[in-house]
Amino acid sequence: MITLEANSPYNYTVVRQFAIATVLWGIVGMAVGVLIAAQLIFPALNFDTPWLTYSHLRPLHTNAVIFAFGGCALMGTSLFVVQRTCQARLISDGLAQFVFWGWQLVIVLAAVTLPMGLTTAHEYAELEWPIDLLIAVVWVTYAYVFFGTITKRKSPHIYVANWFYGAFIITTAVLHIVVSLEVPLSAWKSYSVFPGAIGAMVQWWYGHNAVGFFLTAGFLGMMYYFVPKQSERPIYSYRLSVVHFWALIGIYMWAGSHHLHYSALPDWAQSVGMIFSLMLLAPSWAGMMNGILTLSGAWDKLRTDPILRFLIVALSFYGMSTFEGPMMSIKTVNALSHDTDWTVGHVHSGALGWVAMLTIGAMYALIPPLFGKIKMYSTKMIYWHFWLSTIGVVFYIVSMWIAGVTQGLMWRAVNPDGTLTYSFVESLKATYPYYGGRLIGGAMFLTGMLLMAWNVYKTVSSDNDKVVAPVPQAA
Amino acid sequence: MSGILSAYIAFIVALNIIGAFLLIQFTRRIKVGDESHSYKDGELIAGHDVDGIQEMNNPLPRWWLWKFYILIAFGVGYLVMYPGFGSFKGVLNWSSAGQHAQEEEAARAEFGPLFQKWSATPVAELAKDEEAVKAGQRIFLANCATCHGSDAGGNIGFPNLTDNDWLWGGDADTVKTTIHGGRKGNMPAWGKVIGEQGVIEVKNYVLSLSGRKHDADAARAGKKIFATTCVACHGPEGKGMPAMGAPNLTDNTWLFGGTPRAIEETIRNGRAGVMPTWGPILGEEKVHVVAAYVFSLRNQAAQ
Repeated sequence: MITLEANSPYNYTVVRQFAIATVLWGIVGMAVGVLIAAQLIFPALNFDTPWLTYSHLRPLHTNAVIFAFGGCALMGTSLFVVQRTCQARLISDGLAQFVFWGWQLVIVLAAVTLPMGLTTAHEYAELEWPIDLLIAVVWVTYAYVFFGTITKRKSPHIYVANWFYGAFIITTAVLHIVVSLEVPLSAWKSYSVFPGAIGAMVQWWYGHNAVGFFLTAGFLGMMYYFVPKQSERPIYSYRLSVVHFWALIGIYMWAGSHHLHYSALPDWAQSVGMIFSLMLLAPSWAGMMNGILTLSGAWDKLRTDPILRFLIVALSFYGMSTFEGPMMSIKTVNALSHDTDWTVGHVHSGALGWVAMLTIGAMYALIPPLFGKIKMYSTKMIYWHFWLSTIGVVFYIVSMWIAGVTQGLMWRAVNPDGTLTYSFVESLKATYPYYGGRLIGGAMFLTGMLLMAWNVYKTVSSDNDKVVAPVPQAA
Repeated sequence: MSGILSAYIAFIVALNIIGAFLLIQFTRRIKVGDESHSYKDGELIAGHDVDGIQEMNNPLPRWWLWKFYILIAFGVGYLVMYPGFGSFKGVLNWSSAGQHAQEEEAARAEFGPLFQKWSATPVAELAKDEEAVKAGQRIFLANCATCHGSDAGGNIGFPNLTDNDWLWGGDADTVKTTIHGGRKGNMPAWGKVIGEQGVIEVKNYVLSLSGRKHDADAARAGKKIFATTCVACHGPEGKGMPAMGAPNLTDNTWLFGGTPRAIEETIRNGRAGVMPTWGPILGEEKVHVVAAYVFSLRNQAAQ
C-alpha cells in the first residue's frame, strides 16, 4: 500500500496530471482501436470520410495507446518513483510542467495530423518532422528531470526500478533520434535518410526496441515499485534483478531483424536476430519470476485486493508473451505466422495483458493517495474492471491466434497441380468470425476503462469521510 | 561483405554472447553490502530499504540458469551451422537464396510436366479441360482477382470478362496475348479541345448510340464533333476498334461507368487503363492456363 506523508516534500502535481491523462488517453486510444476493429467487419463504419478510414485511424490508435496512454503512465510513475526512492524532490518543477504540457501537445498534434494523413510511414514513428523535433526537446528535458533528481538522492544505492526507467529514457531518446533522421521536403513532408533494406532494418531496430524499452523496460520499472509496494513484500532477489537488467538491455538491441525474416535483409542479420531473440527468453522470464516470487508469501492478499490481481495477471501475461515472441522469431514458425493476425494477437497479449493491466493496477494504487484519499471510491468497480479486462484480453488473443494460424495455413495450402488452394479473399472471409471475437474482447476492455474513469472521478471529487486522508502537500 | 565489417560483426556478436555468459557467472556470486557476508535464502539485505521496499538476495533459480545456458549454447550452435558470424557461411552452407532456388526447382519438377502438357494444347481446346480451367481459375484468383474481381465480373475501369464483350479482341490467341504482354488503353482528354459545350453535345450523341435517353438537338451537334474528333478510334458508327482497344459505344457496356456524368467525365478528362504485363511474372505456361480459364468464361456467356 502506498501512503504519503501529509506534508511530504515532493512534487506530486505533475504525477497527478500524468495519472489523470493516463486514464483519459487510455480511453481515447482504446476507443479508436475498437472502432477500427469494427471497421474490419463493417467497412461502412468509415462513413466515407477520408480521415475516418482504417488507414488513417490505425496509426492514431497505436500512437495513442503506446505514447499517450503508455507514455503518460511511464512519465507519471517514473517521476513519482524517482522522488520516493531517491528521497529527493524533482530537480525542477518548471521543467516538469514543461514535460507534461509538451507531451500533451505532442499527443494533440498526433491526433490532428495522423487522421489528416500526414505521416512518415514509419510504423510507430509516423509523426512528421516538426513533431519529431518537439518530441526530442520534450524527451531530453524529461531525461534531465529524471536523472537530475537521481543525482540529488540521499543514499548511494539506486533502486532497481530507476535502472529500468533510466534505460527506457536513454534508449527511447536514441531510437527516436535515429529513426527520425529525415530530410524535410516541406512543412509536413519528409523523407528518411535510410534507403531500401537499410531503412527496413532501421525501422525494425526502432520498432522492436520501442517494444523492448518503451513497453518492456519502462514498465518493468513500474513493476519493481508497485508490486513490492502493493504486496508489502521484499524484492525476491537483488542479483536476479542485476542479471536480468543487463541481459535484457544487452540482448534486446539485436532482436529487431526477426521482423524481416526471408526478406532482402542479408542472411547473417536474420540469423543473429533470431538467436538473440531466443536468448531474450531468459532475461524476460527472470523479470517475471522476480515479480511473481516477490508476491509469493502474500498470495492470500489476492483474495481481498483486486489491485494485486491486476499486477499478478500483468506479470503472467508478460511471461506468456515473452515466451510467444521468441517462438515466433524462429524462422520456420515465422514462415507461418508472418503477416497474419497471430502477430496482432501477440502484440495485444503484451500491450493489453502486460502494459495496460500493470498500468491499471498501478493507477488504482497511486491515484487515491495522490489525491488524499485512503482508497478508491468503489472496490467492487475495480473487481468488475478486473474481470472485464481479463476476459476481454483472453477473448482478443485467442481470436487472433485462431485467425492467424488459419490464415497462415490457408495461404500456404497448395493443390496437387501446384496452384494455391485459397485466394486471399477466401482467407479474409474465414477470418470474419474471429474479427468478431476480437471486437467483443476489445469492447470489454474499453468498458472496463470507462468504469475506471468513473471510479477515478468519484474518488478524486469525493469528500466522503471513508475515503478522505490527509492531503499530501500540494506542490 | 568487407573484411573489416565481417570482423566487426563477428566481434560484437561474440562479445554479446560471451558477455551474457560472464554476466551470469558474475551475478551468481554477487555480494552486496558487507563483502564477507553471504546472504541466506529469504534474508533481507542490510541497507537496501527505499521508501519501505526491502530486497532479498536469493540465488538464481537453477532451472532458469540452465535455460539460459541452453539458449546460449543453441545460439552458438546455430552460428556454427548457419550464416551469422560475420562473413562465415556456416558449415551447412545454407543461404535463403539457395533455399529459394531449391524449392523452386522442386516445384518445377513436381508440377512442371502437367503445365507443359497443358501449354502444348491450344487455348481454345484447353478451355474445355475441366482440370486445366480449374487450375487457371486458382491462378486468376491469386493474381487477377484484385482488379477483375473473384467472379471475373470486373469493376469500374477493369473489364468484365464474363460478358463476351472484348476491348482488344476475344479470340483465344488474343486473350493470351493480352495477358502475356499487357495492354495500355488511352482515351485522350477532349475538354480543352472541343470545349465544355462540345463535351455535353458529344455526351448526348454517345448516349443516343445505345438508345439511351438524350437531348436530340445536342446529339445532332455532337454527331458532327464525333465525326471529326472521335471517329479515328471509335469508328464512323461508334462500334469501336479492337486493334486500339477503343470500346464499342453502341452496346451499352461501359468500362468507366455508363451514367451521363461518368461519360461526360470520360470525354472531358480522358481515361487511361492499364493491364499489366504478366508474362515475366507468371511465365509462359501459367499465362497459357489462365488464358484458357478466361476463354472458358466466354463459353459460359455463350451458353
